Amino acid sequence: MTLLATESLTKTYGGRVTALADLTVSVEPGIIGLVGANGAGKSTLIKILLGLLPPTSGRVQVLGLDPTTDPAAVRARVGYMPEHDALPPDLSAAELVTHLGRISGLPRTVARERASEALRHVGLHEERHRAVGGYSTGMKQRVKLAQALVHDPDLLLLDEPTNGLDPAGRDAMLALIHRIGTEFGISVVVCSHLLGEVERICDTLVAIDGGRLLRADRVSAMTTATDVLAVEVSEGTEELAARLTALDLPVTRDGRLLLVPLADDATYDQILGAVAELDLPLHRLDQRRHRVAELFAAREPSHV
Amino acid sequence: MSDATGVIHDIGYQRYTGPRLGRRQVFGALYLHGVRTVFGLGRSAKAKIFPWLVVSVVTVVAAGVTAVRSQIGEVVMTYAQFADAMSWLVIFFAAVAAPELVSRDLRSGVLPLYFSRPLPRGDYALSKLLALVTALWLLLGGPQLVMFLGAAFTTNRGVRGVWDELLDLLPGLLYAGLWAVVFASIALLVASLTGKRAFAAGGIVAVFLMTTPVVGVLSILPSQTINQLAFVASPPTLVGGVGNWALGDRLTQGRGGMPIGDFGPVYAVAAVLLVAGCVALLLLRYRKVAAR
Repeated sequence: MTLLATESLTKTYGGRVTALADLTVSVEPGIIGLVGANGAGKSTLIKILLGLLPPTSGRVQVLGLDPTTDPAAVRARVGYMPEHDALPPDLSAAELVTHLGRISGLPRTVARERASEALRHVGLHEERHRAVGGYSTGMKQRVKLAQALVHDPDLLLLDEPTNGLDPAGRDAMLALIHRIGTEFGISVVVCSHLLGEVERICDTLVAIDGGRLLRADRVSAMTTATDVLAVEVSEGTEELAARLTALDLPVTRDGRLLLVPLADDATYDQILGAVAELDLPLHRLDQRRHRVAELFAAREPSHV
Repeated sequence: MSDATGVIHDIGYQRYTGPRLGRRQVFGALYLHGVRTVFGLGRSAKAKIFPWLVVSVVTVVAAGVTAVRSQIGEVVMTYAQFADAMSWLVIFFAAVAAPELVSRDLRSGVLPLYFSRPLPRGDYALSKLLALVTALWLLLGGPQLVMFLGAAFTTNRGVRGVWDELLDLLPGLLYAGLWAVVFASIALLVASLTGKRAFAAGGIVAVFLMTTPVVGVLSILPSQTINQLAFVASPPTLVGGVGNWALGDRLTQGRGGMPIGDFGPVYAVAAVLLVAGCVALLLLRYRKVAAR
């Protein structure tokens, strides 16, 4: 099943500002990272997916439904977490999420139950009965996530969910999103302008720039055969490099580090063996994933 | 992680397979939420002060009128006149309630959370409008019911007296409904334009205040036609004009009333157009808000 599909999707505002230009992309269920700089067209795309904005031209499908002709059916199965502040300060999280659950069509008692469940899943327990106005940014982000979850959607659209969070808060939010995508069985689209952040939790990445598609692929396809091992020894780097070359390992130097492409687990043994034989003090040996950013940086947008 | 003194079993995420309600029930939920908001129910104690102060004032007035009537037998105010007499209180009530209903949502940015749900954007505005109409109507109709009960229990003409009283009450309630519809649609439209509640409240009162002198000017111009049409210019006098025409003696008690000549139907049409215009602009406003 295709989760999202767009075909030559174009959106211009007032005929002059182009937010999306001829975007054709199709993604499978899972955790999808939608990355691009600010103003790349991410928020416009989300609004079109929700049926809040009509596209200027082109076609779009969400969960097999067309949001331009049947927005209510799409929205019934989608949960949306907006980027900006969206919480009335005087309501408690429990009241707000219950109310929004009812607006999504849940019966009264179900809405109350699912609201406290959703708040529990995002990590808000006793504090859910306090007024939202006194919450920290991290807690507010969690409430926004809970309201998107309350009606048990099949797809979550999260617009910059880590906005305004400190590093620990970011990690917690990303872990939560990963859990929703893997354990809850709900597909997630995470919008972010920070590629390094979403690549950790996504299995598909869609990168857009200036409203155009840069690249869309599974993260595994982007990073296979690009993993390298970084070896650092306190002394004898030259000897080790010579020894590894003798073992037919294509070694490259990066400052004090030796980089060896990781073919399979045997590569570890070979390197450890060589270090032991030369009796060198091993400082570190770790696997380095090629940042997906490097893959994007290598491609010129205009060539895509 | 630690030993099992009080293990909480994480039952994990549960999918929901139960019923999902349709548009009508969702509209109803939002509407009921709106009515409760106006009266401060389910909200802080501070939010309850003003609405219940107004409610108690109108109730006390109604009780007073009823008491006077049962003691000295004189009808101080008819049901319809009661609505007229309370018009300024209704304006202030609407000026506080309408911003509570819509300006607060605009300011907190909660609207994207509504419009990303199956709810059609027009339903949001209409449910809020209906909630405000209901609240204003209850505000005027509730005390009328008090007056009716007082009169019904003290009548000395038996069932027939109660029946006559009921026939007087029903037009009064309809007239209260007209007040509610006209005031609610104007107040909600003004409030939907700004997220600042104080501005919204000021704007609503201003609409009613600023138009009153216009009526004054028009009614002293040297043209009888213009004089008779002058009351169209301000919402409270417009409603009064419609009442004069439709209810006649029930409103005026033979004391003359407004000099609107034969233009009664014009007033009725003007009232309908005013409400229709406000509702259309309100829906247009939310079309724009939803797409943001």
